[in-house]
Amino acid sequence: MNILILGCGRVGSTFARLMYHEGHNVTIIDLQSEAFRRLGTKYKGKSIVGNGIDEDVLRRAGIENADVFVSASQGDNRNIMAAQIAQHVFQVKTVIARIYDPVRADRYRQLGIVTLCTTTIASGLLRDFVTTGEWGLVKDYSEEYLAAKV
Amino acid sequence: MYIIIVGGGNIGYYLAKTLVAAKHEVLLLEKDRLRYRTISEELGEVVMQGDGCEVAHQNQAGFGRADAVVATTGSDDDNLVVCQMAKMEHNVPRTISRVNDPRNEKLFHKLGIDATVSSTKIIYNLIEQEVGGGEVIPLAALNRGNIEIVDIEIGAKSPVVGREIRALALPAEALIISVIRDDHAVLPSGDTRFEIGDSIIALVGADKEHELRDIFSEG
Repeated sequence: MNILILGCGRVGSTFARLMYHEGHNVTIIDLQSEAFRRLGTKYKGKSIVGNGIDEDVLRRAGIENADVFVSASQGDNRNIMAAQIAQHVFQVKTVIARIYDPVRADRYRQLGIVTLCTTTIASGLLRDFVTTGEWGLVKDYSEEYLAAKV
Repeated sequence: MYIIIVGGGNIGYYLAKTLVAAKHEVLLLEKDRLRYRTISEELGEVVMQGDGCEVAHQNQAGFGRADAVVATTGSDDDNLVVCQMAKMEHNVPRTISRVNDPRNEKLFHKLGIDATVSSTKIIYNLIEQEVGGGEVIPLAALNRGNIEIVDIEIGAKSPVVGREIRALALPAEALIISVIRDDHAVLPSGDTRFEIGDSIIALVGADKEHELRDIFSEG
């Protein structure tokens, strides 16, 4: 799959390494080139410096051939706008936005963007663990990630 | 009218002052506490500290009864979300967004924003008009930027002097709506003849503006 990721923070860079490790064609965009240090030395995918809500930058990053677009930058609104550009201008099949604000995550989900609200996911898991003593997670993703050595 | 402005930078601040002077009910939302303090010293209760994208703050600000929401921040992504949330959550009848990157105007309309303003584009148009000879002045962008009102002056060397409107090969998407002669507006007909010093007010498709300009320009 051609995977385009916006934002090379902890989530963006980790996801990029995972998907590259699994053999996908990965490109990641960030405003600052220093952010790409997080990708480590094993990542050999593409990295593009630029503004992810600029159509020219997205085009340069190959969005026209992307199967998946994931926006995981620091700003909710930036992620929302980038996701809508991917969806409406470039007709990317799968568009996912990480959104911290639960209300915005819900409303934009209704507009057809897959939204990942880490705020409600983490607090839901915490509640389950605190009240039942069990993690709701099916897998231990941390163990899996560390074992993969990406 | 109740008008909510999001973003207390220079544009939002002066817009709020202007609307207050025009007797509108105005609320200016500013996220930054320091900036909020500075402008509320002058504008008082008109200013509220809050994030225009947060539904809780939108409720507090009374988005539900707003006639218009105007997003004036320096970030296009923030402006987009302010306007979209205002529509989705509160059904605000009119959302107006400042657009910093003029290429975003088209996208914003597609995404449901009622009106956009790009200062970059306005200044560009003014420069283009200076460079292009000054005969055509875009007054406003109508129909979401696809139609413009232009004001054309007929100079002494204009090829249309002495000719009738019907003799001109106007673009299909151009309509002369008035001829101003000696400070009086005349409703033109096919046999209206142009004189030196006339001004023409025309509606024209934005992409036909240059074609229209060429018909009237001197040489």
